[in-house]
Amino acid sequence: MSETVLETRDLTKKYNSFVAVDHLNLQVQAGEVFGLLGPNGAGKTTTILMLLGLTEPTSGSVRVLGLDPTRQPLSVKSRVGYLPDQVGFYDELTARENLTYIARLNPIPTPQLPARVDEALQRVGLREVADKRVGTFSRGMRQRLGVADVLIKNPRLIIMDEPTSGLDPEASLEFLEMIRALKREGITILLSSHLLYQVQAVCDRVGLFHKGRMVLQGTVNELAERVLGGAYRIQLQAEGDPQAIQSALQRVDGFRNIRQTGENLYTMEAARDLRPEAAQAVVQAGGRLYKLDVQTQSLEEIYSAYFKEVEHGTVQSSRVR
Amino acid sequence: MAQSNPAVSAKPQSASRPVREGSPWKGMWAVVGKEMADHLSSARMVVLEILVVLAAIGSIYVATQNISQNVSQDRFLYLRLFTTAQDPLPAFAALLAFFIPLVAIALAFDSVNSEFSRRTLSRVLAQPIYRDALLMGKFLAGLFTLALVCTALWLLIFGLGILRLGVAPGGEEVGRALWFLVATIFYGGIWLALAMVFSVIFRQPATAALTSTAVWLFFTVFWNIIAGLLAQSLSPIRFGTLGELLAQANLQLALARFSPNTLYAETMIALLNPETRSLGILLPTQMEGAILGSPLPLSQSVALIWPQLTGLIAATIVLFALAYILFQRQEIRA
Repeated sequence: MSETVLETRDLTKKYNSFVAVDHLNLQVQAGEVFGLLGPNGAGKTTTILMLLGLTEPTSGSVRVLGLDPTRQPLSVKSRVGYLPDQVGFYDELTARENLTYIARLNPIPTPQLPARVDEALQRVGLREVADKRVGTFSRGMRQRLGVADVLIKNPRLIIMDEPTSGLDPEASLEFLEMIRALKREGITILLSSHLLYQVQAVCDRVGLFHKGRMVLQGTVNELAERVLGGAYRIQLQAEGDPQAIQSALQRVDGFRNIRQTGENLYTMEAARDLRPEAAQAVVQAGGRLYKLDVQTQSLEEIYSAYFKEVEHGTVQSSRVR
Repeated sequence: MAQSNPAVSAKPQSASRPVREGSPWKGMWAVVGKEMADHLSSARMVVLEILVVLAAIGSIYVATQNISQNVSQDRFLYLRLFTTAQDPLPAFAALLAFFIPLVAIALAFDSVNSEFSRRTLSRVLAQPIYRDALLMGKFLAGLFTLALVCTALWLLIFGLGILRLGVAPGGEEVGRALWFLVATIFYGGIWLALAMVFSVIFRQPATAALTSTAVWLFFTVFWNIIAGLLAQSLSPIRFGTLGELLAQANLQLALARFSPNTLYAETMIALLNPETRSLGILLPTQMEGAILGSPLPLSQSVALIWPQLTGLIAATIVLFALAYILFQRQEIRA
């Protein structure tokens, strides 16, 4: 069993009568990348603030690295790095000065300080621009500086709020790569996002937030199974008699459904990843196979399917939870 | 029995009133250092400092000229440097009363709200410090910067005085000027704390700056007028008796003292004019046996302004406490 880094029990936050977070039960294991998903206003940021002890929960309990953030905020904050949504810096100071200030607050002993700052800048690839004013930095550079800012305290857990929002595609990809690198170093990461594609790309497990409740939790595949009924979509491009190909595919074990989507193009739904079997079937039926592709379970599909169900009232959030 | 279940033995501790871990001042000096560096290098402060120093040099130059022409024998030559005015320049002390609030407001009006608008607040508070350290650090940095500016000016005056007058200042003069320096710093402290309160309340730095300046204008220009009108309506003179006249004058004075400007002006008068015997109304009977025009010793002048001085310090602390409470209750989502 791996160690539980973060755990909440019936965590609830109310603003007057508005319930921002409703009986949240969440567990994150060491070394995991966990994604909090949900539309804006679903309670993701409030949850994060409670995890850091920046906001007090109305009821319920939180354990971060075995510590209670409301009682021991200093210990929690010295071990947990937080990268806020649209992280801000003092524009008139240089990257190095910004990091030095944070390092002093932590506090990192003065003799080690310049080396630690340099190391953090090195790790995010900002060493060359260390003495430039942050005001001149691009959005992507600021976000990387934000990571350096978090890394300077050698955290065991990093919490990121919407880390890739506002980044251009290239900067996003770079950033996701950085998250993977952190995971390889054994750092546990909790990130919130509404950019599903990116969450799917890096997260081991995800939790789906809706109106302050965690309505779904698990790996992307688990969620797909639960919400979409575990369908795999396999796309084929094959030349040959459509009738023969389709009937051959229908005989494959695990087959569910097939549609012809264009000339020589088929989309097949299956319970498993049936690519090898499908290839064999097409060839045996005398078809010439040009392309074979499995459409991965897209979180986006899960997401929209789930909220469609919620709208139609077919899913009670408590049942799925 | 000695090895009791840790869960059980830990219970009374966790059930008791929650105790905050660690010191609230942890990290404060890092904040002070960073904020002071910001203040001292910011363009805003450089402009204000140049303005204040130029005005100071101008008024001191005029004052020394005036003194070397008119006064031959005076025990308090250096205090005259602070108080001598000659058209078109006001006395240095009056200049200070005007400039110090502006400098203080300029130091603090954006101290908290700019952290919100730059989105740096949550990043800073995610470090292992309490909010207390941040606010206290910001306030102390402002106060230290203010003290630095005031002390530099103070030294400048003595330096210029020695150059222009060619006499060394006496011990009592230096003592009085030092007390005046302390009063000036806390007079600035009030405006610093006030601007800080507004910087916590208003998210827009411009709003905070305008509101602070409005309060300052109110006390500088209007409060004395209002105090006079209030005194007339609350304690009217119907028969013209001495008692009525006294009551009205005392009420007006009491009301005027709600303004930090009045407190500071009175402190200034008592410290820089050693002949001042009272800041209120003196009846001829109370003056019996007094030698008019003879200076009070420093200790007596300090005793005279003690309420004013403590009032200035108390107002600074109360305003800071208000900023502190407001800031502690604020939700941080930036």
